[in-house]
Amino acid sequence: MAAHILVACGNGIATSTVVASKIKSFLAEKGVDVETTQTKLMEVPGKVENYDLLVTTGQFEGQTHGVPYIHGLPLLTGVGAQDTLNKIYETVKDK
Amino acid sequence: MAVDLVIDKKLLLPHLEATDNLDALSQIADNLYAQGYVKEGYKQAILEREATYPTGLPSPRPTVAIPHANYRLVKQTTISVATLAHPVKFHDMGDVNHVLDVDVIIMMAIGEPHGQVEMLQKIVDVIQDDQLRHAIADAKDSDGLYQLLAKTFK
Repeated sequence: MAAHILVACGNGIATSTVVASKIKSFLAEKGVDVETTQTKLMEVPGKVENYDLLVTTGQFEGQTHGVPYIHGLPLLTGVGAQDTLNKIYETVKDK
Repeated sequence: MAVDLVIDKKLLLPHLEATDNLDALSQIADNLYAQGYVKEGYKQAILEREATYPTGLPSPRPTVAIPHANYRLVKQTTISVATLAHPVKFHDMGDVNHVLDVDVIIMMAIGEPHGQVEMLQKIVDVIQDDQLRHAIADAKDSDGLYQLLAKTFK
């Protein structure tokens, strides 16, 4: 079964696109099947509980209903990107 | 899909004089409108978006901001790049209480609902490339900026 990751940014079209694509290619290399869905930050609270993991580029302080949350900005800046990808891998590898 | 992005020299604004980030964003957005790439209302959307979800990216200097707005307000996908005569303050996308001195603004006019992954990847490559960021920030004129960007976005 594929892991489902919700990727959110301000309007769900720009930075989440890059982050989703980086996550997908990293996990594909690791042999982890994953589906990503992009959304707006403001739509996260209503959607997040159907996912295995939430990754956002912008600041998110809302409720995740127990869904793990990883900050995805390092995948844009490159600073700490590898750590972030490893954390994502650890979170979804058994889903 | 190939990157269907033409770098327009008229959208490259070296040494932009701006009093603050809103002034810089307004000037860049006004120019995009004047050159016919975006619709009326784009500037307003950019300014509102910046207030809600700031676009400064935390990195070593030179620091980059990547403002963008709703795709419906864009006529043709492109980027406009401004280097600032004096840094202006942007809030950090990842931590809105954190303020960054931004040296380069890459305004993305994205006209497709699902973004344009190739263009965005290249912008991210620029952001992650220390040497290229410095070269862009230090470009003397729009020809210099054009050379750097045309090579990157080719």
